[in-house]
Amino acid sequence: MAQDRPTASELLTAIADFLREEATPALDRSDPRLGFQMRVAVNSLAILEREGRLGPAADAREHARLVKLLGRDGTLTELNRELARQLRAGERDETDAELMAHLEATTADKIAIANPRWR
Amino acid sequence: MTVHIGNEADLVAAGLASAAARYFGMPASIEGLRRESGGASRQTWSFDAVAGGQHHELILRRDPPLTGAKGERERSAALDRATEFAVLRAAFQAGVLAPEVLFELTPDDGLGEAFVMRRVGGTAIARKLLRDPPYAEARTRIASQLGEILARIHGVDRATLPPLDRREAADHIASLRGLLDTLGYASAVFELTLSWLDRRKPAPIERPGLVHGDYRTGNYLADESGVTAILDWEGAHLGDPVEDLGWVCVKSWRFGSVDKPAGGFGSREELWRAYERAGGGKVDPARARWWEVFGTVRWGIICHTQAWKHLSGAQQSMEMASIGRRAVETEVDLLQLLKEAD
Repeated sequence: MAQDRPTASELLTAIADFLREEATPALDRSDPRLGFQMRVAVNSLAILEREGRLGPAADAREHARLVKLLGRDGTLTELNRELARQLRAGERDETDAELMAHLEATTADKIAIANPRWR
Repeated sequence: MTVHIGNEADLVAAGLASAAARYFGMPASIEGLRRESGGASRQTWSFDAVAGGQHHELILRRDPPLTGAKGERERSAALDRATEFAVLRAAFQAGVLAPEVLFELTPDDGLGEAFVMRRVGGTAIARKLLRDPPYAEARTRIASQLGEILARIHGVDRATLPPLDRREAADHIASLRGLLDTLGYASAVFELTLSWLDRRKPAPIERPGLVHGDYRTGNYLADESGVTAILDWEGAHLGDPVEDLGWVCVKSWRFGSVDKPAGGFGSREELWRAYERAGGGKVDPARARWWEVFGTVRWGIICHTQAWKHLSGAQQSMEMASIGRRAVETEVDLLQLLKEAD
């Protein structure tokens, strides 16, 4: 069943804006330690907003690449486990261009959600 | 947890009053007690002890109470309080810019494992040091100072130190792989990096020295004139001194000043030259780079262990939980570092 607006993304953004603009300055004046914690919370809400918007498509892309790279199907967790095993065992390394392209793409999608300003 | 902070402060004040009276040999009162921010894994309290009309500006280092057995295990690589106390004392006596430790608390004081040291002026907050106007002059000096102080730390006579773990490159790699296994966390970038490091690891050194183990921006105090004290010695061990030179350059410790690898304040070369001038050994750039890559993957995996402290129920903390989402920052950096290296 479709929910009414605001969408999840709009609601999360509204909460984060309120906490950042109104609640955080008040906390900074009364208890700087809580002010810092509030910044962490606001930042986490922004991550959730981006994840809701960008996460499903990013997961689908990662899954498709892993299936092609490993030549087998499975859940995202299973496939990542297998890739990690191969890398620890030395069955693949950084000379594998398809592997490196996959890691670049996956990491780019993850950082776009977790912290798009990271450079 | 902050709900009980009032009661906790009373408990801390009472324990400190009896310990301070013992140390100063006369009744002591505790004033201005407050919990400092920073230090996610351990409590730091600031206070004045007043004994015989004299004010002593002091700091209490104390382990927070943990609720689960898992948290205790995760901390096992960190020094216990008594050993950290002894390392700090040896470093201070060797002329390292470190806080002077005064006394340890006993079980009867009721505060758990804890010790007291003199309060040193300055701030550890990276954001202030890197951007605020009062520190403009200090910013031009800190990279060199970090090199000089590190040379002193590495020169501490081992005979003055308590027994410490010896950790070589291979031990560190095994330990990080073990952490990933314990967490049940599959990261392709971390596994790729650990294998890359394993194939290129530096040979064990003949005579390992004192390694600080967490030497970075955020873990020292500085004022308008520059660095005033090196803090957070709980990761001290014996090993390759270059480990500290690599760690201080990890991108996460530049706090946004990405073009200044030495803690956000200068170039690697500036750090290395100051280290060499102050009597540290000649720095091999390739070896320093290896430790910087190692430090980057180490911080990435620590992000997950921090999150795990919350997720396992050992220590409820939104702040620690959120650190799990910072691990990907190091994955971005690692792919870049591996590309530059080959």
